[in-house]
Amino acid sequence: MKIQIKNGRVIDPKNNIDRQQDMYIVAGKIVSLGAAPDGFVANQIIDASGLIVSPGLVDLSARLREPGNEYKATLESELQAAVAGGITSLACQPDTNPVLDEPGLVEMLKHRTKQLHLARVYPLGALTRQLQGKELAEMGALRDAGCVGYSQANIAITDTQVLWRAMEYAATFGFTLFLHAEEPFLAKGGVAHDGEVASRLGLKGIPSAAEALALASILRIAKETGARVHISRLSTAEGVEMIRTAKKQNGNISCDVSANQLHLTEHDIAYFDTNCHLKPPLRSQRDKDALSAGLKDGTINAICSDHTPVDNDDKLAPFAEAEIGATGLELLLALTLKWAKQEKIEITSAIARISTNAAKILGIPAGDLSVNSQADICIFDANEYWKVEPSVLTSQGKNTPFIGLEIAGKVKTTLVNGLVVYQA
Amino acid sequence: MNNPQLDTDGRLRHLLSIEGLPKKILNQILDTAESFVGVAEREVKKVPLLRGKTVCNLFFENSTRTRTTFEIAAKRLSADVISLNVNTSSQSKGETILDTVDNLIAMHADMFVVRHSQSGAAHFIAKHVPNHIHVINAGDGRHSHPTQGLLDMFTIRKYKPDLHNLRVAIVGDVLHSRVARSEIHALTTLGVPEVRVIAPKTLLPAHVEKLGVHVFHDLQAGLKDVDVVMMLRLQNERMNGAMLPSPQEYFKTYGLTQEKLNLAKPDAIVLHPGPMNRGVEIDSSVADGAQSVILPQVTYGIAIRMAVMAMLAGGQGGQA
Repeated sequence: MKIQIKNGRVIDPKNNIDRQQDMYIVAGKIVSLGAAPDGFVANQIIDASGLIVSPGLVDLSARLREPGNEYKATLESELQAAVAGGITSLACQPDTNPVLDEPGLVEMLKHRTKQLHLARVYPLGALTRQLQGKELAEMGALRDAGCVGYSQANIAITDTQVLWRAMEYAATFGFTLFLHAEEPFLAKGGVAHDGEVASRLGLKGIPSAAEALALASILRIAKETGARVHISRLSTAEGVEMIRTAKKQNGNISCDVSANQLHLTEHDIAYFDTNCHLKPPLRSQRDKDALSAGLKDGTINAICSDHTPVDNDDKLAPFAEAEIGATGLELLLALTLKWAKQEKIEITSAIARISTNAAKILGIPAGDLSVNSQADICIFDANEYWKVEPSVLTSQGKNTPFIGLEIAGKVKTTLVNGLVVYQA
Repeated sequence: MNNPQLDTDGRLRHLLSIEGLPKKILNQILDTAESFVGVAEREVKKVPLLRGKTVCNLFFENSTRTRTTFEIAAKRLSADVISLNVNTSSQSKGETILDTVDNLIAMHADMFVVRHSQSGAAHFIAKHVPNHIHVINAGDGRHSHPTQGLLDMFTIRKYKPDLHNLRVAIVGDVLHSRVARSEIHALTTLGVPEVRVIAPKTLLPAHVEKLGVHVFHDLQAGLKDVDVVMMLRLQNERMNGAMLPSPQEYFKTYGLTQEKLNLAKPDAIVLHPGPMNRGVEIDSSVADGAQSVILPQVTYGIAIRMAVMAMLAGGQGGQA
């Protein structure tokens, strides 16, 4: 299969490219930018006039809900949502049912997702068996089965000795841990940021200190053990400052923020909007500003979707009883562009945070448009507005705090491995 | 964001919380209640304002006193009343809140009086009922208990008519108290210039000062020269543990005795939403003393609930 993408504005943060030029794809690989290779005859021509041609996006945290929660979402529904959002590679969390702590489950997941020929799935294996925080999962065997890192999803390891051993073991083999920083005792029962809004609404709060305490342990143990640690979904100003300091002394630390925290605050809960019941909680305006600044100056490396599809019925409950999570795959690009516009960031630099940077953290061959790299590509219109509504979302999860928002950034065509997998 | 409590003309559609209600509506409720106080003293304690209407008390959390006063209020307005105690534990296994509500709507309930252990439950139900159905929040988690807040204002107004010249202290477990939140919003909306909260730090929510109150940790200092003392109930399960060492220690530092009450103005009144823990948050001699208005609160509670129901069901300002 030979494809020519013509007249597009090609951006590639890794190779510092931003210019209008044609792209030529042969047998799943990018073979040339600009001039056609000798004897190239296209089977398919994609006209990208007025559009941006970027690396396929890479998401650091998504839940696909399979196995175990197929009523919420299926691999097929969510990987279709991924490519509809321009995402061609994603890391999925291990908190499925059963938990992804067995190589056989990972192999099955890899096998099934490959057969769908949609986005590529890079599983994060469970760091501890059953995510119980007591015994290490078989990290080596999980790696061999296809895991690119290890995570505890939203469940903390309370025993610091276990955390220490996990990092020592991971450091031995160069594995990356993906950890969400929240001290579970301080956060117990909490459903919202422990601030003004929670106090007013009578919701049990999760103090910012819960993130700072967990981060202090994680960063200290990471330094002691030399483990590579990625902090998932940072939420507080203090957390940003701690990462900023830690990174100066330890090159093995990276970090992301979810698109939700980047745009929303505790005030968006308004009158108990259960779509805003998220983990970490939506925090204060000051925290949001610090996250944005941290993302801008590189303290925070990437933006993730934190895609967590929830069944409608599970959101139909009083705030604290409503299930945590929001759909996000199809919003990642538009929310990133919105942030870039607000902060006056170059589009290439913004795209890096959802492609090149994320691919580097996962250690996967993605996120750039180098010649001879695999042709995973997202073609989008940065200026076309669309309205976020349940009916336009491909994901089985229709819940998001952004419902009703008119937002710029519409994916037109997505290619994975040199084949069109999504066409608007 | 639309205020879910008001209709497009700014009239009361549901009563979910004091916060978000304009002063005019609060005063209208209090004035309407005034006209209902007399009904209880008549030989026939009934007015026909809600005749043919069905009021459904939907209690997901146990309550005797509040449910009873709502029942009496509805009956005095000639409504048909159904009271359901929905066992929350069996509910979590089967029927959802909305299933329960939908079934009652199918039976043509006109008004729901809702109590639930989760903050936001009344808002949640109000959001899902059809337009002609009204919801009254009878207490949701720690969030709000608006009729309690209103009956407290009614009581204060009876004894201290000039709200613009009052100093009010709210004492006790503000953190877990929907009553405290309702009182604070009602007092500040009605123009009371100084509202104090007095409690140990473990029983105060984060940034409580942003609700417009002055924070005191010392009971004696906080009670100095106040006109009104509003006591809060301390739940049994919070008396021993990480919040407080013991009920004895709590009584010693935050329990209201006559001696401490003497620091307030000589004509200060004492309120308590009930049920009281005598000897924990309040001494019996104060509860039963000359400055206590705790029983009048109960009486006025019925008038307030009648006023709210009449206003919701009969358009505005139902007069007896």
